[in-house]
Amino acid sequence: MNPDQLHFAASHEWVSDGNPATVGISHFAQDQLGDVVFVELPKVGTALAAGDPFGSVESVKTVSDVYAPITGRVAAVNEALVSTPELVNSSPYDEGWLIKIESTGDLAAELGALQDRATYESTAAH
Amino acid sequence: MSEDAQSQGALSRTPLHGLHAAAGARMAPFGGWDMPIHYGSILEEHHATRQAAGLFDLSHMGEFLVAGPGAFDLVSLLITNDPAPLDPGQGLYSPMCRDDGTIVDDIIVYHLPGPPRARYLLVVNAGNIAKDWAWAHTVRHEAGLDDKVWLEDQSDLTALIALQGPRAEEILIPITAEPVESLGSFEYAETTVDRIPVNIARTGYTGEDGFEIFVAPEQAITLWTLLLDRGKDAGLRPVGLGARDTLRLEARLALYGNDIDDTTTPLEAGLARWVKLDKPRFRGRDALRRQKEAGLTRKLAGLVMEDRSVPRAHYAVANPEGVEIGRITSGGFSPTLGKGIALAYLPPAQTAVGTPLRVMIRDQPHPATVVKTPFYRRSIVTKESGS
Repeated sequence: MNPDQLHFAASHEWVSDGNPATVGISHFAQDQLGDVVFVELPKVGTALAAGDPFGSVESVKTVSDVYAPITGRVAAVNEALVSTPELVNSSPYDEGWLIKIESTGDLAAELGALQDRATYESTAAH
Repeated sequence: MSEDAQSQGALSRTPLHGLHAAAGARMAPFGGWDMPIHYGSILEEHHATRQAAGLFDLSHMGEFLVAGPGAFDLVSLLITNDPAPLDPGQGLYSPMCRDDGTIVDDIIVYHLPGPPRARYLLVVNAGNIAKDWAWAHTVRHEAGLDDKVWLEDQSDLTALIALQGPRAEEILIPITAEPVESLGSFEYAETTVDRIPVNIARTGYTGEDGFEIFVAPEQAITLWTLLLDRGKDAGLRPVGLGARDTLRLEARLALYGNDIDDTTTPLEAGLARWVKLDKPRFRGRDALRRQKEAGLTRKLAGLVMEDRSVPRAHYAVANPEGVEIGRITSGGFSPTLGKGIALAYLPPAQTAVGTPLRVMIRDQPHPATVVKTPFYRRSIVTKESGS
Protein backbone atom coordinates (compact mmCIF):
# COMPACT_ATOMS: atom_id res chain seq x y z
CA MET A 1 0.00 0.00 0.00
CA ASN A 2 1.10 3.51 -0.58
CA PRO A 3 1.35 5.10 2.87
CA ASP A 4 0.49 8.46 1.34
CA GLN A 5 -3.04 7.14 0.72
CA LEU A 6 -3.58 5.69 4.22
CA HIS A 7 -5.25 7.21 7.28
CA PHE A 8 -3.33 7.21 10.56
CA ALA A 9 -4.46 7.16 14.19
CA ALA A 10 -2.45 8.90 16.91
CA SER A 11 -2.08 5.43 18.49
CA HIS A 12 -0.01 4.46 15.40
CA GLU A 13 -2.43 2.27 13.43
CA TRP A 14 -3.17 2.90 9.77
CA VAL A 15 -6.32 2.06 7.83
CA SER A 16 -6.81 1.92 4.09
CA ASP A 17 -9.65 3.23 1.96
CA GLY A 18 -12.21 0.66 0.78
CA ASN A 19 -14.57 -1.66 2.58
CA PRO A 20 -13.43 -3.92 4.09
CA ALA A 21 -10.50 -1.71 5.03
CA THR A 22 -7.06 -3.04 5.84
CA VAL A 23 -5.47 -2.13 9.20
CA GLY A 24 -1.82 -2.23 10.27
CA ILE A 25 0.72 -0.31 12.32
CA SER A 26 2.94 2.47 11.03
CA HIS A 27 6.58 2.28 10.08
CA PHE A 28 7.31 4.58 13.02
CA ALA A 29 5.51 2.20 15.41
CA GLN A 30 7.32 -0.92 14.19
CA ASP A 31 10.63 0.92 14.45
CA GLN A 32 9.87 1.95 18.02
CA LEU A 33 8.82 -1.58 18.99
CA GLY A 34 11.83 -3.28 17.46
CA ASP A 35 11.89 -6.96 16.51
CA VAL A 36 8.29 -8.23 16.56
CA VAL A 37 8.05 -11.81 17.87
CA PHE A 38 4.32 -12.37 18.39
CA VAL A 39 1.10 -10.78 17.18
CA GLU A 40 -2.17 -11.50 18.98
CA LEU A 41 -5.19 -10.91 16.73
CA PRO A 42 -8.97 -11.21 17.21
CA LYS A 43 -11.23 -13.86 15.69
CA VAL A 44 -12.91 -13.16 12.37
CA GLY A 45 -16.37 -11.79 13.09
CA THR A 46 -15.41 -9.89 16.24
CA ALA A 47 -17.30 -6.60 16.53
CA LEU A 48 -15.12 -3.57 17.18
CA ALA A 49 -15.89 0.06 17.92
CA ALA A 50 -13.38 2.71 16.88
CA GLY A 51 -10.84 2.97 19.67
CA ASP A 52 -11.33 -0.59 20.97
CA PRO A 53 -8.16 -2.63 21.58
CA PHE A 54 -8.25 -5.58 19.17
CA GLY A 55 -4.94 -7.29 19.83
CA SER A 56 -1.33 -6.79 20.75
CA VAL A 57 2.07 -6.68 19.12
CA GLU A 58 4.91 -8.18 21.15
CA SER A 59 8.48 -7.25 20.40
CA VAL A 60 11.57 -8.56 22.15
CA LYS A 61 11.60 -5.62 24.51
CA THR A 62 7.97 -4.61 24.93
CA VAL A 63 4.30 -5.19 24.19
CA SER A 64 1.85 -2.74 22.71
CA ASP A 65 -1.92 -2.96 22.35
CA VAL A 66 -3.38 -2.08 18.96
CA TYR A 67 -6.66 -0.19 18.57
CA ALA A 68 -9.37 -0.29 15.94
CA PRO A 69 -9.26 2.92 13.90
CA ILE A 70 -12.82 2.40 12.63
CA THR A 71 -16.03 0.68 13.78
CA GLY A 72 -16.93 -2.63 12.19
CA ARG A 73 -16.52 -6.39 12.13
CA VAL A 74 -13.26 -8.25 11.68
CA ALA A 75 -13.44 -9.61 8.12
CA ALA A 76 -9.98 -11.20 7.97
CA VAL A 77 -6.80 -11.56 10.01
CA ASN A 78 -3.29 -11.88 8.61
CA GLU A 79 -2.57 -15.56 9.21
CA ALA A 80 0.98 -15.16 7.90
CA LEU A 81 1.88 -13.32 11.10
CA VAL A 82 1.46 -16.52 13.12
CA SER A 83 4.63 -17.98 11.65
CA THR A 84 6.35 -14.79 10.47
CA PRO A 85 5.52 -11.94 12.86
CA GLU A 86 8.63 -10.12 11.63
CA LEU A 87 6.63 -9.08 8.54
CA VAL A 88 5.32 -6.26 10.73
CA ASN A 89 8.89 -4.92 10.80
CA SER A 90 9.94 -5.62 7.25
CA SER A 91 6.70 -4.65 5.51
CA PRO A 92 4.43 -2.63 7.81
CA TYR A 93 2.27 -1.30 4.93
CA ASP A 94 1.95 -4.48 2.87
CA GLU A 95 2.67 -8.04 4.01
CA GLY A 96 2.68 -6.98 7.68
CA TRP A 97 -0.99 -5.88 7.76
CA LEU A 98 -2.93 -7.03 10.84
CA ILE A 99 -6.67 -7.26 10.13
CA LYS A 100 -9.39 -6.20 7.70
CA ILE A 101 -12.46 -4.47 9.10
CA GLU A 102 -15.82 -4.37 7.38
CA SER A 103 -17.21 -1.00 8.37
CA THR A 104 -20.54 -0.87 10.20
CA GLY A 105 -20.22 2.73 11.36
CA ASP A 106 -20.04 6.17 9.82
CA LEU A 107 -16.95 5.37 7.78
CA ALA A 108 -16.52 8.81 6.23
CA ALA A 109 -16.70 10.55 9.61
CA GLU A 110 -14.32 8.08 11.24
CA LEU A 111 -11.76 8.37 8.46
CA GLY A 112 -12.10 12.13 8.65
CA ALA A 113 -11.06 12.06 12.29
CA LEU A 114 -7.77 10.34 11.37
CA GLN A 115 -4.58 11.97 10.10
CA ASP A 116 -2.86 11.88 6.75
CA ARG A 117 0.68 10.56 6.63
CA ALA A 118 2.43 13.93 6.75
CA THR A 119 0.42 15.13 9.75
CA TYR A 120 0.87 11.80 11.55
CA GLU A 121 4.60 11.65 10.96
CA SER A 122 5.13 15.24 12.05
CA THR A 123 3.43 14.54 15.38
CA ALA A 124 4.30 10.86 15.97
CA ALA A 125 7.75 11.47 17.36
CA HIS A 126 6.49 13.92 19.99
CA MET B 1 12.67 2.13 41.15
CA SER B 2 15.99 3.86 41.41
CA GLU B 3 16.29 4.13 37.64
CA ASP B 4 13.16 6.25 37.52
CA ALA B 5 14.36 8.57 40.26
CA GLN B 6 17.72 9.00 38.63
CA SER B 7 16.37 9.42 35.13
CA GLN B 8 14.68 12.61 36.23
CA GLY B 9 18.08 14.21 36.65
CA ALA B 10 20.71 14.54 33.98
CA LEU B 11 21.78 11.16 32.62
CA SER B 12 25.42 10.19 32.76
CA ARG B 13 27.23 9.29 29.55
CA THR B 14 29.95 6.72 29.03
CA PRO B 15 33.11 7.63 27.09
CA LEU B 16 31.63 5.66 24.17
CA HIS B 17 28.31 7.55 24.09
CA GLY B 18 29.20 9.50 20.95
CA LEU B 19 30.13 6.31 19.09
CA HIS B 20 26.83 4.68 19.98
CA ALA B 21 24.89 7.69 18.76
CA ALA B 22 26.91 7.79 15.53
CA ALA B 23 26.22 4.08 15.00
CA GLY B 24 22.49 4.77 15.14
CA ALA B 25 21.90 3.14 18.52
CA ARG B 26 18.52 3.49 20.20
CA MET B 27 19.42 5.04 23.55
CA ALA B 28 17.47 4.85 26.82
CA PRO B 29 18.02 5.52 30.53
CA PHE B 30 19.44 2.64 32.58
CA GLY B 31 20.64 3.03 36.17
CA GLY B 32 21.05 6.77 35.69
CA TRP B 33 22.95 6.40 32.40
CA ASP B 34 22.00 7.04 28.80
CA MET B 35 22.82 3.62 27.35
CA PRO B 36 22.47 1.90 23.96
CA ILE B 37 19.49 -0.50 23.96
CA HIS B 38 20.17 -1.81 20.47
CA TYR B 39 21.89 -0.84 17.23
CA GLY B 40 19.05 -1.96 14.97
CA SER B 41 17.90 -5.39 16.08
CA ILE B 42 17.99 -7.02 19.52
CA LEU B 43 17.43 -10.41 17.87
CA GLU B 44 20.40 -10.07 15.52
CA GLU B 45 22.65 -8.86 18.32
CA HIS B 46 21.55 -11.75 20.51
CA HIS B 47 22.24 -14.35 17.84
CA ALA B 48 25.58 -12.74 16.93
CA THR B 49 26.72 -13.11 20.55
CA ARG B 50 25.60 -16.75 20.72
CA GLN B 51 27.09 -17.67 17.34
CA ALA B 52 30.09 -15.35 16.90
CA ALA B 53 30.84 -12.43 19.21
CA GLY B 54 29.33 -9.24 20.62
CA LEU B 55 30.90 -6.08 21.99
CA PHE B 56 29.22 -4.39 24.97
CA ASP B 57 29.79 -0.99 26.57
CA LEU B 58 29.60 -1.60 30.34
CA SER B 59 31.29 1.62 31.36
CA HIS B 60 28.30 2.47 33.54
CA MET B 61 29.31 -0.29 35.98
CA GLY B 62 31.01 0.80 39.21
CA GLU B 63 34.49 -0.18 40.38
CA PHE B 64 35.75 0.10 43.97
CA LEU B 65 39.36 -0.47 44.99
CA VAL B 66 39.78 -2.07 48.41
CA ALA B 67 43.40 -1.90 49.61
CA GLY B 68 45.46 -2.10 52.77
CA PRO B 69 46.23 -4.55 55.57
CA GLY B 70 42.52 -5.05 56.36
CA ALA B 71 41.41 -5.40 52.73
CA PHE B 72 40.84 -9.15 52.89
CA ASP B 73 38.94 -8.90 56.17
CA LEU B 74 36.61 -6.22 54.80
CA VAL B 75 35.95 -8.11 51.56
CA SER B 76 35.27 -11.28 53.50
CA LEU B 77 32.76 -9.46 55.73
CA LEU B 78 31.05 -7.82 52.76
CA ILE B 79 30.39 -10.84 50.58
CA THR B 80 28.60 -14.14 51.12
CA ASN B 81 31.12 -16.04 48.98
CA ASP B 82 34.58 -16.82 50.35
CA PRO B 83 37.56 -14.80 49.05
CA ALA B 84 40.07 -16.92 51.03
CA PRO B 85 40.91 -19.33 48.19
CA LEU B 86 41.60 -16.50 45.72
CA ASP B 87 45.16 -16.07 44.55
CA PRO B 88 46.27 -12.75 43.07
CA GLY B 89 44.72 -12.56 39.61
CA GLN B 90 41.61 -14.57 40.48
CA GLY B 91 38.05 -13.43 41.00
CA LEU B 92 34.62 -14.64 41.99
CA TYR B 93 30.94 -13.73 41.86
CA SER B 94 29.10 -13.01 45.09
CA PRO B 95 25.97 -11.54 46.59
CA MET B 96 26.57 -8.83 49.21
CA CYS B 97 23.99 -8.89 52.00
CA ARG B 98 22.70 -6.89 54.94
CA ASP B 99 22.38 -8.45 58.38
CA ASP B 100 18.83 -9.55 57.60
CA GLY B 101 20.09 -11.50 54.58
CA THR B 102 18.60 -9.24 51.92
CA ILE B 103 20.79 -8.34 48.99
CA VAL B 104 22.59 -4.99 48.78
CA ASP B 105 24.05 -5.93 45.40
CA ASP B 106 25.60 -8.78 43.48
CA ILE B 107 29.19 -8.10 42.55
CA ILE B 108 32.38 -9.52 41.13
CA VAL B 109 35.46 -9.43 43.35
CA TYR B 110 38.95 -9.66 41.88
CA HIS B 111 42.03 -10.25 43.98
CA LEU B 112 44.27 -7.87 42.05
CA PRO B 113 47.70 -9.02 40.92
CA GLY B 114 50.47 -8.19 43.39
CA PRO B 115 51.12 -9.09 47.02
CA PRO B 116 48.69 -11.60 48.58
CA ARG B 117 45.50 -10.04 50.00
CA ALA B 118 46.73 -6.48 49.44
CA ARG B 119 44.27 -5.16 46.84
CA TYR B 120 40.80 -6.16 45.66
CA LEU B 121 38.59 -4.71 42.97
CA LEU B 122 34.81 -4.82 43.44
CA VAL B 123 32.72 -4.46 40.27
CA VAL B 124 29.24 -3.29 41.25
CA ASN B 125 25.98 -2.53 39.44
CA ALA B 126 25.62 0.98 38.04
CA GLY B 127 22.37 1.72 39.84
CA ASN B 128 23.85 0.63 43.18
CA ILE B 129 27.12 2.57 43.24
CA ALA B 130 26.05 5.10 45.89
CA LYS B 131 24.32 2.48 48.05
CA ASP B 132 27.23 0.03 47.87
CA TRP B 133 29.75 2.76 48.59
CA ALA B 134 27.84 3.76 51.74
CA TRP B 135 27.42 0.13 52.81
CA ALA B 136 31.14 -0.63 52.38
CA HIS B 137 31.95 2.32 54.63
CA THR B 138 29.40 1.23 57.25
CA VAL B 139 30.82 -2.28 57.34
CA ARG B 140 34.39 -0.99 57.43
CA HIS B 141 33.60 1.30 60.35
CA GLU B 142 31.62 -1.25 62.35
CA ALA B 143 34.45 -3.76 61.95
CA GLY B 144 37.00 -1.25 63.29
CA LEU B 145 38.83 -1.30 59.96
CA ASP B 146 38.73 2.44 59.19
CA ASP B 147 42.49 2.82 59.54
CA LYS B 148 43.31 -0.53 57.94
CA VAL B 149 41.42 -0.36 54.65
CA TRP B 150 41.56 2.22 51.90
CA LEU B 151 38.39 2.47 49.78
CA GLU B 152 38.53 4.26 46.45
CA ASP B 153 35.66 4.71 44.01
CA GLN B 154 37.34 4.26 40.62
CA SER B 155 34.08 4.20 38.63
CA ASP B 156 34.82 7.48 36.85
CA LEU B 157 38.40 6.38 36.13
CA THR B 158 37.33 3.14 34.48
CA ALA B 159 35.66 2.28 31.20
CA LEU B 160 34.56 -1.33 30.76
CA ILE B 161 34.10 -3.15 27.46
CA ALA B 162 32.89 -6.75 27.29
CA LEU B 163 33.81 -9.04 24.39
CA GLN B 164 31.52 -12.07 24.56
CA GLY B 165 30.84 -15.10 22.43
CA PRO B 166 32.40 -18.29 21.09
CA ARG B 167 34.79 -16.32 18.86
CA ALA B 168 35.84 -13.79 21.53
CA GLU B 169 39.09 -15.56 22.33
CA GLU B 170 40.29 -15.83 18.74
CA ILE B 171 39.59 -12.10 18.25
CA LEU B 172 41.57 -11.12 21.31
CA ILE B 173 44.58 -13.45 21.04
CA PRO B 174 46.41 -11.72 18.15
CA ILE B 175 46.14 -8.23 19.65
CA THR B 176 46.85 -8.92 23.33
CA ALA B 177 50.38 -8.94 24.76
CA GLU B 178 49.70 -11.69 27.32
CA PRO B 179 48.31 -15.04 26.14
CA VAL B 180 44.62 -14.61 26.95
CA GLU B 181 44.01 -18.23 25.99
CA SER B 182 45.67 -19.23 29.26
CA LEU B 183 43.32 -17.01 31.26
CA GLY B 184 40.87 -19.25 33.13
CA SER B 185 37.32 -18.40 34.10
CA PHE B 186 37.22 -15.44 36.53
CA GLU B 187 40.97 -14.87 36.12
CA TYR B 188 42.27 -11.33 35.73
CA ALA B 189 45.45 -10.06 34.08
CA GLU B 190 47.12 -6.70 33.53
CA THR B 191 48.26 -6.50 29.91
CA THR B 192 48.01 -4.41 26.76
CA VAL B 193 45.85 -4.58 23.65
CA ASP B 194 47.73 -3.04 20.74
CA ARG B 195 49.84 -1.10 23.28
CA ILE B 196 46.76 0.20 25.18
CA PRO B 197 47.10 -0.67 28.89
CA VAL B 198 44.12 -2.81 29.94
CA ASN B 199 43.04 -5.26 32.60
CA ILE B 200 41.30 -8.29 31.17
CA ALA B 201 39.06 -10.68 33.09
CA ARG B 202 37.52 -13.85 31.72
CA THR B 203 34.01 -13.06 32.91
CA GLY B 204 30.69 -12.10 31.42
CA TYR B 205 26.94 -11.90 31.72
CA THR B 206 25.78 -13.68 28.58
CA GLY B 207 26.22 -17.41 29.16
CA GLU B 208 29.02 -17.44 26.61
CA ASP B 209 32.78 -17.53 26.96
CA GLY B 210 34.19 -14.04 26.94
CA PHE B 211 36.16 -11.24 28.46
CA GLU B 212 35.59 -7.99 30.29
CA ILE B 213 38.21 -5.39 29.54
CA PHE B 214 38.93 -2.49 31.90
CA VAL B 215 40.50 0.53 30.23
CA ALA B 216 41.12 4.20 30.99
CA PRO B 217 38.20 6.36 29.74
CA GLU B 218 40.45 8.33 27.38
CA GLN B 219 41.49 5.09 25.64
CA ALA B 220 38.01 3.59 25.45
CA ILE B 221 37.13 4.86 21.97
CA THR B 222 40.43 3.64 20.52
CA LEU B 223 40.00 0.21 22.09
CA TRP B 224 36.31 -0.13 21.07
CA THR B 225 37.11 0.85 17.48
CA LEU B 226 40.10 -1.48 17.31
CA LEU B 227 38.16 -4.46 18.67
CA LEU B 228 35.25 -3.92 16.26
CA ASP B 229 37.66 -3.67 13.35
CA ARG B 230 39.72 -6.73 14.30
CA GLY B 231 36.63 -8.78 15.07
CA LYS B 232 34.67 -7.85 11.96
CA ASP B 233 35.64 -10.93 9.94
CA ALA B 234 34.69 -13.17 12.88
CA GLY B 235 31.22 -11.63 12.96
CA LEU B 236 31.73 -9.28 15.92
CA ARG B 237 29.12 -6.55 16.28
CA PRO B 238 28.15 -4.02 18.94
CA VAL B 239 25.41 -5.25 21.26
CA GLY B 240 23.11 -3.11 23.39
CA LEU B 241 21.47 -3.65 26.73
CA GLY B 242 18.38 -5.19 25.09
CA ALA B 243 20.25 -8.29 23.95
CA ARG B 244 22.36 -8.23 27.11
CA ASP B 245 19.08 -8.75 28.97
CA THR B 246 17.83 -11.61 26.76
CA LEU B 247 21.28 -13.26 26.86
CA ARG B 248 21.59 -13.08 30.63
CA LEU B 249 18.00 -14.25 31.15
CA GLU B 250 18.54 -17.34 29.00
CA ALA B 251 21.63 -18.08 31.10
CA ARG B 252 19.58 -17.44 34.28
CA LEU B 253 21.93 -14.75 35.51
CA ALA B 254 20.11 -12.61 38.07
CA LEU B 255 19.48 -8.95 37.31
CA TYR B 256 19.65 -6.68 40.33
CA GLY B 257 16.47 -4.64 40.59
CA ASN B 258 14.43 -7.41 38.92
CA ASP B 259 15.25 -10.86 40.26
CA ILE B 260 17.15 -9.82 43.35
CA ASP B 261 16.85 -6.65 45.40
CA ASP B 262 16.60 -5.16 48.88
CA THR B 263 13.74 -7.55 49.76
CA THR B 264 15.10 -10.90 48.55
CA THR B 265 17.84 -13.19 49.86
CA PRO B 266 20.40 -15.16 47.86
CA LEU B 267 18.92 -18.45 49.11
CA GLU B 268 15.51 -17.52 47.73
CA ALA B 269 17.15 -16.43 44.47
CA GLY B 270 18.87 -19.79 43.97
CA LEU B 271 22.32 -18.32 44.63
CA ALA B 272 23.21 -20.68 47.51
CA ARG B 273 26.25 -21.86 45.57
CA TRP B 274 27.74 -18.41 46.19
CA VAL B 275 26.81 -18.29 49.90
CA LYS B 276 29.38 -19.95 52.18
CA LEU B 277 27.39 -20.40 55.37
CA ASP B 278 30.35 -22.13 57.03
CA LYS B 279 32.56 -19.07 56.56
CA PRO B 280 33.41 -17.71 60.05
CA ARG B 281 31.91 -14.28 59.67
CA PHE B 282 30.08 -12.18 57.08
CA ARG B 283 27.22 -9.70 57.09
CA GLY B 284 23.93 -11.56 56.78
CA ARG B 285 25.30 -14.95 57.76
CA ASP B 286 23.13 -15.53 60.83
CA ALA B 287 19.92 -14.54 59.06
CA LEU B 288 20.76 -16.73 56.08
CA ARG B 289 21.57 -19.69 58.37
CA ARG B 290 18.23 -19.23 60.11
CA GLN B 291 16.43 -19.01 56.78
CA LYS B 292 18.07 -22.21 55.61
CA GLU B 293 17.12 -24.04 58.80
CA ALA B 294 13.55 -22.75 58.76
CA GLY B 295 13.13 -23.56 55.08
CA LEU B 296 12.34 -21.20 52.23
CA THR B 297 8.87 -19.81 51.69
CA ARG B 298 9.60 -18.86 48.09
CA LYS B 299 12.13 -19.76 45.41
CA LEU B 300 13.06 -18.19 42.11
CA ALA B 301 11.97 -20.64 39.42
CA GLY B 302 12.20 -20.73 35.64
CA LEU B 303 9.09 -20.88 33.44
CA VAL B 304 8.62 -21.54 29.76
CA MET B 305 5.42 -20.49 28.00
CA GLU B 306 3.48 -23.26 26.26
CA ASP B 307 1.93 -20.87 23.73
CA ARG B 308 3.38 -17.99 21.74
CA SER B 309 2.77 -15.35 24.40
CA VAL B 310 5.57 -13.40 26.04
CA PRO B 311 5.75 -13.11 29.83
CA ARG B 312 6.99 -9.82 31.28
CA ALA B 313 8.17 -8.59 34.67
CA HIS B 314 5.35 -8.04 37.22
CA TYR B 315 2.84 -10.36 35.49
CA ALA B 316 1.04 -12.62 37.95
CA VAL B 317 1.69 -16.38 38.01
CA ALA B 318 -1.24 -18.60 38.99
CA ASN B 319 -1.75 -22.29 39.60
CA PRO B 320 -4.03 -24.21 37.18
CA GLU B 321 -7.00 -23.38 39.44
CA GLY B 322 -6.36 -19.68 38.82
CA VAL B 323 -5.02 -18.76 42.28
CA GLU B 324 -2.16 -16.28 42.13
CA ILE B 325 1.02 -17.79 43.63
CA GLY B 326 3.72 -15.36 42.56
CA ARG B 327 4.95 -12.65 40.24
CA ILE B 328 7.39 -12.64 37.37
CA THR B 329 10.63 -10.80 38.10
CA SER B 330 12.19 -11.06 34.62
CA GLY B 331 10.58 -12.28 31.46
CA GLY B 332 10.79 -11.99 27.74
CA PHE B 333 11.10 -13.71 24.44
CA SER B 334 14.03 -16.11 24.27
CA PRO B 335 15.62 -15.70 20.83
CA THR B 336 17.49 -19.00 21.22
CA LEU B 337 14.48 -21.09 22.26
CA GLY B 338 11.96 -19.13 20.21
CA LYS B 339 9.50 -18.86 23.09
CA GLY B 340 8.66 -16.85 26.15
CA ILE B 341 10.71 -17.50 29.28
CA ALA B 342 10.54 -16.00 32.76
CA LEU B 343 11.77 -16.12 36.32
CA ALA B 344 9.29 -15.86 39.19
CA TYR B 345 9.29 -16.26 42.97
CA LEU B 346 6.97 -19.17 43.75
CA PRO B 347 6.16 -21.35 46.78
CA PRO B 348 8.80 -24.11 46.78
CA ALA B 349 6.11 -26.79 46.38
CA GLN B 350 5.23 -25.26 43.00
CA THR B 351 8.79 -25.21 41.65
CA ALA B 352 9.29 -28.87 40.67
CA VAL B 353 10.31 -29.24 37.02
CA GLY B 354 7.20 -29.95 34.98
CA THR B 355 4.74 -28.17 37.28
CA PRO B 356 1.96 -26.68 35.12
CA LEU B 357 1.24 -23.01 35.81
CA ARG B 358 -0.56 -20.06 34.26
CA VAL B 359 0.81 -16.63 33.50
CA MET B 360 -1.81 -13.89 33.57
CA ILE B 361 -1.35 -11.69 30.51
CA ARG B 362 -3.89 -8.88 30.19
CA ASP B 363 -6.34 -10.85 32.39
CA GLN B 364 -6.02 -14.01 30.28
CA PRO B 365 -4.35 -17.16 31.65
CA HIS B 366 -1.60 -18.51 29.39
CA PRO B 367 -0.14 -22.00 30.04
CA ALA B 368 3.42 -22.24 31.29
CA THR B 369 5.62 -24.99 32.76
CA VAL B 370 8.37 -24.92 35.35
CA VAL B 371 11.66 -25.91 33.70
CA LYS B 372 15.22 -26.58 34.75
CA THR B 373 17.44 -23.54 34.49
CA PRO B 374 19.52 -22.16 32.92
CA PHE B 375 17.19 -21.99 29.93
CA TYR B 376 20.29 -22.06 27.73
CA ARG B 377 23.69 -23.59 28.36
CA ARG B 378 26.43 -23.36 25.79
CA SER B 379 27.24 -26.74 24.32
CA ILE B 380 31.04 -26.61 24.35
CA VAL B 381 32.14 -25.62 27.83
CA THR B 382 35.76 -24.62 27.57
CA LYS B 383 36.15 -22.90 30.92
CA GLU B 384 33.60 -23.79 33.57
CA SER B 385 32.53 -20.78 35.59
CA GLY B 386 34.15 -20.48 39.01
CA SER B 387 32.30 -20.56 42.30
